[in-house]
Parts: sequence; structure tokens; C-alpha cells
Amino acid sequence: MDFRFTAEEEAFRQEVREFIRREMPPDWEGVFLEEEEEDWKQGRAFVKKLSQKGWVAPAWPKEYGGMEASPALQLVYNEEMGYHRAPIGSIIQAVGYIGPAILFFGTEEQKNQHLPPITAGEIVWCQGFSEPEAGSDLASLKCRAVKDGDDWVINGDKIWTSNAHRSEWCILLARTDPAAPKHKGISFFLVDMQTPGITVQPTINMANVHSFNQVFFEDVRVPSSALLGQENQGWYIAAMTLDYERSSLVAAAVSMAKRGLDDLVEYCKETKVNGRSLLDNPLVRHKLSEMAIEIEVGKYMVYRVVSQQARKEPGSIEAAVCKLYNTEMDVRLANTGIQILGLYGQLHKDSKWVRMMGRFQKSYLYAIAMVIGGGSSEIQRNIIAMRGLGLPRG
Amino acid sequence: MDLGLSEEQGLLKNAARDFLEKECPEAFVREMEEDERGYSPEFWQMMAAQGWQGIVIPEQYGGTGMTFTDLIVLLEEFGRALVPGPFISTVVLGAMPILEAGTEEQKQQFLPKIATGDLIVTLALTEPSAKWDADGVAMPAKANGDSFVLNGTKLFVPDAHVTDYMLVAARTKESASPEDGITLFLVDSKSKGIEFTVLKTIAEDKQCEVAFNEVRVPKANVLGEVDKGWPIIQGVKSKAAVAACAYLVGLSQMDFDTSLDYAKERIQFGRPIGSFQAIQHKFADMIIDVDGSRFITYKAAWALQENEPDAEMLVSMAKAWCNEATRRVVAHGQQIHGGIGFTKDYKIELYFRRQKWMELMWGDADYHRELVAAKLEA
Ligand SMILES: Cc1cc2nc3c(=O)[nH]c(=O)nc-3n(C[C@H](O)[C@H](O)[C@H](O)COP(=O)(O)OP(=O)(O)OC[C@H]3O[C@@H](n4cnc5c(N)ncnc54)[C@H](O)[C@@H]3O)c2cc1C
Ligand SMILES: Cc1cc2nc3c(=O)[nH]c(=O)nc-3n(C[C@H](O)[C@H](O)[C@H](O)COP(=O)(O)OP(=O)(O)OC[C@H]3O[C@@H](n4cnc5c(N)ncnc54)[C@H](O)[C@@H]3O)c2cc1C
Repeated sequence: MDFRFTAEEEAFRQEVREFIRREMPPDWEGVFLEEEEEDWKQGRAFVKKLSQKGWVAPAWPKEYGGMEASPALQLVYNEEMGYHRAPIGSIIQAVGYIGPAILFFGTEEQKNQHLPPITAGEIVWCQGFSEPEAGSDLASLKCRAVKDGDDWVINGDKIWTSNAHRSEWCILLARTDPAAPKHKGISFFLVDMQTPGITVQPTINMANVHSFNQVFFEDVRVPSSALLGQENQGWYIAAMTLDYERSSLVAAAVSMAKRGLDDLVEYCKETKVNGRSLLDNPLVRHKLSEMAIEIEVGKYMVYRVVSQQARKEPGSIEAAVCKLYNTEMDVRLANTGIQILGLYGQLHKDSKWVRMMGRFQKSYLYAIAMVIGGGSSEIQRNIIAMRGLGLPRG
Repeated sequence: MDLGLSEEQGLLKNAARDFLEKECPEAFVREMEEDERGYSPEFWQMMAAQGWQGIVIPEQYGGTGMTFTDLIVLLEEFGRALVPGPFISTVVLGAMPILEAGTEEQKQQFLPKIATGDLIVTLALTEPSAKWDADGVAMPAKANGDSFVLNGTKLFVPDAHVTDYMLVAARTKESASPEDGITLFLVDSKSKGIEFTVLKTIAEDKQCEVAFNEVRVPKANVLGEVDKGWPIIQGVKSKAAVAACAYLVGLSQMDFDTSLDYAKERIQFGRPIGSFQAIQHKFADMIIDVDGSRFITYKAAWALQENEPDAEMLVSMAKAWCNEATRRVVAHGQQIHGGIGFTKDYKIELYFRRQKWMELMWGDADYHRELVAAKLEA
């Protein structure tokens, strides 16, 4: 039991912190994912600078542009990125779980083709898993891939595909054996978004932003090199990527929550009501204190996962526990932020009256997405109960 | 950074679990609830033979010189087994402040005997005002010749009636700041003028009313300096709060484990109740609360041990969180057990009652949240 970081890790923390301060766009709002056009461009420019440092994918092998960083060093990196709200939304999916899937299951050729462009900050990937009829029950997906000579021909609809309109490549789950049980007839593909037959149609989210899309595949012909892993092994690969997805986002998210709280505390200190600081209000104190505690608890859930990885202990439900707790905590934090701002809490960032750049207004909307995406809270609870605790299926 | 147990801690934990499963079964816990003393001298001596009372006492005073986080690992097992008796009182409330603030003579006098299980100690802090803060210490101690004379009432004093000595906090000076003017006395529990009354509590643990009537304490028995006892007490309070957290972690883990076993076995509607999603999701929430409690407790314990600047804030965070999280766990534990949970025939109710005890000790959630807020303000 030792909560101290090594001198090397602390030095890296300082280096990352200074880098972010230097390279962050001026007046950066620090939204969760840079989805609006201007933010997206600034985010991509920032990733390019990260790439010059070799810092796009700390966990990856050096030969593909990574750092082979230890779990603790990755944690330090994620904490700093999160706390400073660094604009790395465009690489989270590729670095967090798409790259790792290719690393584990890809051929030499696939690795060489796909990984370096990610660490070079050149290529954006999206995830084509969900379908209109296959959300939580992902394995019931209907999108079909049929073998035709050496090629595969894909037909079907994907939905909620984040960043599809900005992506060069897409990971895609499609059914390759309709006769097999539903988990056993799915394959995992790497699809070039320029391939003829792909149509991307925007969906506007409730924050009034074009963040995700519906993607239609009509007789889309891809080569045999598009298949990742074995035919019909797709569910297995997807399950692993979903595990990675759960843990990759959370470390940064907890630090981002901490930043939100720190800003809120500052705001309350400076804001005077009837000559007294907001922090003197017992109800406000209570709320802030409660959030400070909840964030601290979430932090050590992340640390526990990292410790396990460092000890090379097999994890089971810890990543699900982490995702479930922290995304639900973010929902509460956003609400606390808005409540403390009172009527001002509802204002959009463009309003001249806005306070705290409207961050809580925005995170209040986006926090709702995080308890659904990446496996909803209910699905996490199911995983914990059945996979983790061995409770019988209903 | 590593949240796992060290090899030594792993061994300690396993040894403690084996020992307690054998020596501290449910029947013993229930027996001690009925017992007027609340502990058994035989069991106390067996624990001493394990070296537990001396776990944080340095070897030069007869202990094993392990760390505070080691003690926390042990206390987690105590919570799991619901170990009754004056262990936390003696070790955390007694030995630790003597070790920190005692003179060499006092250390020699008390610590070796504590380590061998020959001395039981507690701290008499709270009074009928039931406050944990310095202004809760109102009982006067008046200098008189080579003694101080104590008059007043201490309330909610853990295990006082079985102690050999008590550390008693009393007011020796009135001043503008309540933290100034408190003195800690090492009081022989058999001194003339002391009267103990055991309180009937929800957990059937043994807290006492201790009445002091013209009790004379030699000046040599002051721990630390006259009027300057509060910082010592603050140190004790922090450690005691984390000790309570560790007990709650073990207790809630065991409540969880017991409920999980029950839900896998109990059949209703032709299937185990653990197959109903309403029950499954309770378990997911429970494990979050147990794990959340465990790691914030470890962090607070480690921060105290290492004298980290934010240690006190972390202690308050841990206690505030554990108080409410473990209450949620034991409430679910009751619900999952249905009717049987409401009886004395089955162990789950023990966890439910004891959780409330430890929740209230050393500050409830509102109290600690306010301390956290004060630190946020700083
Ligand atoms: C912002 C955002 C971005 C996304 N980006 C992508 C992306 O890039 N690529 C991609 O493929 N997908 C993406 N998704 C989709 C996401 O993975 C799905 O929304 C998610 O899997 C839930 O599916 P659904 O929306 O169809 O809801 P449903 O599965 O219909 O669920 C509706 C409700 O029923 C509950 N429920 C369902 N099954 C159970 C059960 N067995 N037990 C208890 N409760 C249950 C759910 O928890 C939920 O509360 C994104 C989603 C969001 C919100
Ligand atoms: C104080 C007290 C007085 C009582 N007095 C009487 C009395 O006078 N006469 C009498 O006949 N009975 C009496 N009862 C019994 C009472 O009716 C039962 O305790 C109650 O019906 C629950 O049954 P059980 O205890 O067997 O729990 P179980 O049915 O085993 O339930 C255990 C847990 O599983 C849950 N569960 C069970 N089925 C489902 C499901 N389908 N979906 C989701 N969750 C489920 C329950 O909600 C509970 O949390 C009394 C009980 C108490 C506590």
C-alpha cells in the first residue's frame, strides 16, 4: 500500500503539464469532446503537437509510435490531460481501444498500415457497432458481410457513430454466419470510409451539435485485409475493446471532474451574496464537500485498476465498477454545478451573461450520454452481477 | 503507486482471518453482547499472543513496530469478524497518543504492558454535549498541590468500565479559543471518586458514562503539556476515525459476502432471488460502496502515516464516505435477506446494528463534510 508516484512519474507529470499549458489553444473552453467545427480543428492541431513529442499513445509499443509507458505513467498522462481539459477527443477511440484491438489481433501488415498514422496524428477512426435494433444487445446486430471471392460485401445500417463524418477509417461489426448462435457469427472489420457505397447522415444531439451519425452501407466491397482476427471471432474482439473503452476514458474523466470542482470552489469563494462569499452558505458548502468526496472516491477506483494492471493481476469487474461509478458521479457533479450557479446555470456559453463559460450547462447535457454510451449503467450492473459476482441469469 | 497489500500485510490479513474465524465466531460475538464486560480476558490474551495489541508499538517497548496501515489491514479483519472488546480503545485511543506525546517514563510504564495484553486503556473525550470539537471539553480540572482535581461527567466513553487507565481530556484554563486550555490526564481507572455506568446501545457495545467526583490525579500524570492537550487529541481523533472506517470496510464486505451467498441459495418463484435484476443491481451498487470505502480508507491511513499535508482532509473524506456508503450496504443486506434479516437467529442483523455504531463514532457524515468544506475554503 503506497500512494506515492516515483520521481520519474512526477517529472513526467511536470513535463506534460508544461507542454499542455504551452500548447493549449488560447481561451480554450475545454469541452468534453471537441465536436464543434472550430474546436475540432484546434484539437487536431494539438494532437499533431502531441505526436511530435511521441505522446499520442503512451501505452503502445515504440515501434508504432508509442512510449511503452507503465500503467502508472499512463495514469499520470491521463490525469494531466483530463485536469487541463486537453483537446484529445479525436484520438480517444483510436488510442483507447481501436489501436489495442489491432495490436492484439492484427497481422503485421495491418499493424504497420494502421497504427503509425494514428500516432502521427493523421488518421481519425470511428466505431460502427451500434445499430437501430442493436444497442445494449449488441450481439443481435443485423449488418451483413458476405464473402465474394477474396472480398467481403457489406450491407446494413449503423447508428450513433461518433465522428463518422470526420473519420478516415471505421471499425465495424457485421454478421458473417447468420446460422450460428448470435455471439458466434460476428466478424470485426477495418473499413476505409472512402469505400463506395457508404453514406454518412448527421444526427444532431441534444446539445445541438452534430456529433454522431447514421451510417448506411450499401454493397460496400472491402478486401480480405479488412478482416481483423478470424472470421466469426468478432464478438470476442469487440468484448475486449469494450473493456478497454471502459477503463481508457475514466482516468481522464475523474481528473476533469476534479478540475470542474476546483473551478466551482474558486467561483464560490469569489462570488459574494449579501456581502458574504457563497462558500459561507451551508447548503453550498455541503454540496461542494460532497462532490469533493465523491470525486476522491472515484479517483482511487481508477488507481486500483492501474495497480492491478501494474501487478499483472487479472481484472474482472473493476473496470465496470470504475465506469459505472464515475459516469454517474459526473451526472451529479454537473447538476451540482448548475444548481450552485442558480439561474445563470442554464446559460449557453455564447450568452453575454454566462458564468464559468457555461461548462456545467454543457456537461449537464453530455454527462447523460456517458451513462448510456460504452455500455449503459444498467449493462454495467448486469456485468458486475453476473460476470463478476456469479449471480445466476434471470 | 500501488494499492495492493504488501507481502507482510497479506500474511497479517490471512493470519487474522484464520484466527478470527476460529476464535471469534458469531456465537462469541453474541455472548459478548450479553456479557457485562463486553470482552473475554482469555480472548484478549490470545490476541496479545498474536502480537496485535503491540502492533504499532516499537520493539523497544515490547511491540512489533509495524505501521499504521498494517494496523488498518488488521482492523478490516476485525470488522469482518465483528471483534468485540476494547481493542481500538487500547491501541488507537491509548497506546498511540502515549507513544506520540508521552515522556520516556510514561512510555516505559504503559506501552510494554499494553503490548502484553496486561493493560486496557481508553480515551474519555466526549461529554453530555456529545461534541467532537474542542468546545465539547468542558469538564474542569483544577490544580491543587501536586495534583489536579477532576469533577464532571464524560459520556460515550468506549469500554471505560474495563480499563486500567483512561486518558481524560479536561479543561484547565478558560480562554477565547476552545482549543487552548485542554489537558490530557492519564487517570488510574480505580481512582477514588470515579463511577462507571454502561450505556445500552444499538450495537450492545460497551460505552460508558464516567462520573468524576473530586478525582485527584498526580501532576506527573499529565500527557504532553498542561493546557496543550488538544493537538494530541486531534491526532487521536483522526486515527480513530480511520480505524472506524477500516472496521466498517470489513464489516460491509462481510455483509456483502453473506448476502451474496444467501441470494444464490434462497429460492422464490422457482429460482434463486439472486437471478432477479432488482437484487442483482443492489449487489452492483453494494460492491461500489464497499470498494469505494476500502480505497479511500487506505488512502487516508497512508496519508496519516506519511504525514501528508492533506491527511486530515482525507480522513474526513474517508469517514464521511464510509459512514454513508456502508450504511447503504447493510441496508441492502437487510432487504436481500427478507424476513430472516429481522431476527436474532441469523447473523446479518449484527452487521446492521454495528454499522450504525461505527458510523456515529468519531463524527458522522455531516460533521466530516463540514470539515472537508473548511479545508476547501482554506
Ligand atoms: C454520445 C454517444 C456516442 C455514441 N457513440 C457511438 C459510437 O461511436 N459507435 C457506436 O457503435 N455506438 C455509439 N453509441 C451508442 C451506444 O453504444 C448505445 O447508445 C448504447 O449501447 C445503448 O444502446 P441504445 O441506445 O440502443 O439503448 P437500449 O439498448 O435500447 O437501452 C435503453 C435502456 O434500456 C436499458 N437496458 C437495455 N438492456 C437492458 C438489460 N439487459 N437490463 C437492464 N436494462 C437494460 C438500457 O440500460 C437503457 O437504459 C453512442 C451513444 C452515445 C449516447
Ligand atoms: C416484522 C415482520 C412481521 C411479519 N409478520 C408476519 C405475519 O404475521 N404473518 C405472516 O404470514 N408473515 C409475516 N411476516 C413475513 C413476511 O410477509 C415475509 O417476510 C415477506 O413476505 C418476505 O418473504 P421472505 O422473508 O421469505 O423473503 P423472500 O421472499 O425470500 O425475499 C428475499 C428478498 O428477495 C426479494 N425478492 C423476492 N422475490 C422477488 C422477485 N420476484 N423480484 C425481485 N425481488 C424479489 C425480496 O424483495 C427480498 O428483498 C412478517 C415479516 C416481518 C419482517
